[in-house]
Amino acid sequence: MSEYLIELKNISKRFGGVRALDDVSIAIRPGEIHCLAGENGSGKSTIIKVMSGIYTPEEGEILIDGNSVGRLDPIQAVHRGVQVIYQDFSLFGNLTVAENLALNTYLLEGRKRMDWPRARSMAREVLARLDVEIDIDADVESLPASGKQIVAIARAILAEARLIIMDEPTTALTRHEVDALFAIVRDLKAQGIAILFVSHKMREMLEISERLTVFRNGRKVAEGAMRDFDEPAITRAMTGLELDEEPYAPEIDPAAAPALEVGDLRVAGIVHGVSLELRPGEIVGISGLIGSGRTELARALFGMEKAVARTFRVAGRDVFPRSVQEAIALGIAYVPEDRLSEGLFLTQSIERNMVVSILERLRSGLFLDRKAMRDKTGQMFRDMQIAAPSPDTAVGNLSGGNAQRVMLGRWLLTGAKILILNGPTVGVDVGSKAKIHRIIRDLAEKEGLAVLMISDDVPELTGNCNRIHVMHEGRFVAEFRGADMTEDNINDSLKALR
Amino acid sequence: MRSLQSTEAVIAAVLVVVMLLIGLINPAFWGVDNLFSLARANVVIGIMALGVLLIMISGGIDVSFPAISAAALYITVRTMVALDYDGVVLPFIAASVIGVLLGTFNAFIIERFRMIPLIVTLGTASIVRGLVLGLLGTSIVNINKMPKELIAFGKQDLVSVTAQNGATVGLTAMVLVYIGVAVVMHIVLRHTMMGRSVYAYGGDPESARRAGVNTRRTIYFVYCTAGLLAGFAGLLHASMIWQANPRDFIGLELDVIAAVVLGGASIFGGRGSVLGTMIGVFTLVMIKNSLILMKVDTTWQRVVVGVIIIAATAITAWRDRKKLV
Repeated sequence: MSEYLIELKNISKRFGGVRALDDVSIAIRPGEIHCLAGENGSGKSTIIKVMSGIYTPEEGEILIDGNSVGRLDPIQAVHRGVQVIYQDFSLFGNLTVAENLALNTYLLEGRKRMDWPRARSMAREVLARLDVEIDIDADVESLPASGKQIVAIARAILAEARLIIMDEPTTALTRHEVDALFAIVRDLKAQGIAILFVSHKMREMLEISERLTVFRNGRKVAEGAMRDFDEPAITRAMTGLELDEEPYAPEIDPAAAPALEVGDLRVAGIVHGVSLELRPGEIVGISGLIGSGRTELARALFGMEKAVARTFRVAGRDVFPRSVQEAIALGIAYVPEDRLSEGLFLTQSIERNMVVSILERLRSGLFLDRKAMRDKTGQMFRDMQIAAPSPDTAVGNLSGGNAQRVMLGRWLLTGAKILILNGPTVGVDVGSKAKIHRIIRDLAEKEGLAVLMISDDVPELTGNCNRIHVMHEGRFVAEFRGADMTEDNINDSLKALR
Repeated sequence: MRSLQSTEAVIAAVLVVVMLLIGLINPAFWGVDNLFSLARANVVIGIMALGVLLIMISGGIDVSFPAISAAALYITVRTMVALDYDGVVLPFIAASVIGVLLGTFNAFIIERFRMIPLIVTLGTASIVRGLVLGLLGTSIVNINKMPKELIAFGKQDLVSVTAQNGATVGLTAMVLVYIGVAVVMHIVLRHTMMGRSVYAYGGDPESARRAGVNTRRTIYFVYCTAGLLAGFAGLLHASMIWQANPRDFIGLELDVIAAVVLGGASIFGGRGSVLGTMIGVFTLVMIKNSLILMKVDTTWQRVVVGVIIIAATAITAWRDRKKLV
């Protein structure tokens, strides 16, 4: 018997001229919680597909239980106990939990008849094994993301999984749900099932994984026991860069008029009197739990939410934007949390996505001034360091970090003086994140932009802001600046609110 | 499944309310003769609707079934007349086979070229209508030429009673055929892996493929079965009205799709049931029938069907979207 459940040796895989995997090896022991880390394009997804038999590598060997399996196809992979849980879970929202759980098994067994009683008892049994309570007769689409994930795990177990590969499992989960997931994962480990987490959320990896493999640009760049790594070490391995950032301490001219001055802003039922001052060059952070009213505050500042305020001054002028158009005209820009649903046109080019905010200005007569359009977006494309062949590339083909930079570029084209960012680096990998932070800091420091940054990511705030407000139940409850503005202080303050 | 049951309960409640309303406006509604004629009007549309239901659960749509029905009935009857053949079983098999062949054509184009079902079935409908009229002619086969046994089959009554005005009215035995088809369809959808695969495919085609559903077979099954039901329903219609008209069923696709949507099937696929569809068909037929009883112009009936299809789709779409949040 081999020490390893599955072992991939010297695997290479090419797509056209691109080497997606270059002589990589990875080995997973039975009952091990292993983490595979890497940025977008590092080859993580490719190796998952090799393990699950979807891709056949050009070179290398796959061993399961110490025996070489030659060519692995998807059906063989399933028979040998490899199960992948994709980010979208691949469940059927229109079917019940019980049916979702039984369907694969029945299809695998080649059944003709749908045996409902057996489906329900199978479901009850496997959920009991996971020690979770889910209504087996509920439609899966009525479950929260965490519930769907549990159903996906249960389905993998029913398929007699010995290795469950989970692609970015914590993305859609709250902290509490992540804890529940980890409890289940430890339980699976106890039952001898190995787990491979594929993730770029380092903090969570550190918490649960026993061993780590890091990929970068299709090569393995680090591996070993988790206790030998800390967060900076993993980041270094993933990006190949040192990402030490000194805190942001701009020189603010106290005599200069604030870019934005808001007094006692209220949104009915959600925001209960927030006062805020933003000076040119400042990056002010807002931290708070979901439901604290931080998003509504941002939307109100951008004219998207019905709000009242005692004072609302933009660059010393008393004005209150009642619509998005008015807010843009005042030089306010808002980059929303969910850029995919609230902002970007995925099938359209980078150029078109950027100019959409300034179409009026590019108008000459009935038509658009194409040359001005090219010039402006070309410049912004370079400034934002977007990794794409040209501004004509469709936004749908970009990674999260690049897409976010397109969004930033769009708003900077409007000549905004006040930039509101909501979760600026959600779903963005580490290297790209640092790039976005750099751009934002440069804009504030050199161009005098006033930035309001809302984020769940406390280190992101402490690393980039010169002041941070903590928001709770529609009010600012604490403010941190200077030496007090540490991760621990803010985390403590947030914890106290729970 | 629970949500489906509650959907059915809602549709049934709507049906009862509409029935009571119609009965208040027009007490003749509750007459035995009217109820029997209502039941009769359900049979052909109902069988077609079960085919459309299957396609809608799979996430597709079919507008070619009226053309398929017309083709199947006209080709079969014309052949019977030409061969001087009389009988029941063989012609129904022939009509069903014609339906299956045309359904296979739909499935082939949709599966092979990954095309949108609406466009494919629109094209099929036009091709089939044109070919039938072009190759076989446009003359209607009337009662004097219709095969006698076919007429006799469609004439059978289950029970007959004497209505208030003294006329004898019967409940057509064809409702048994309809119920039989419905029971088989229910069993297929609910208790076979093929049926569940249709739901899975309609819910999420990509996940269905990953789960090991033979998606190609599922698409062929869905369109061939719908074709079969269309062909069968076509000939049944001819035997019930003692006439074979190659231009029959024009515009019926909207009524049937309206009935299926009214019965709770989702336009996004993955949802729908036999019982719901039967209630939907009954409701639609009843409303149209009552409009006739109330002497409402046919042009206005079109308006009502249009309103029903939009309202029912809006409600189901709203229901499905709400679940996504």
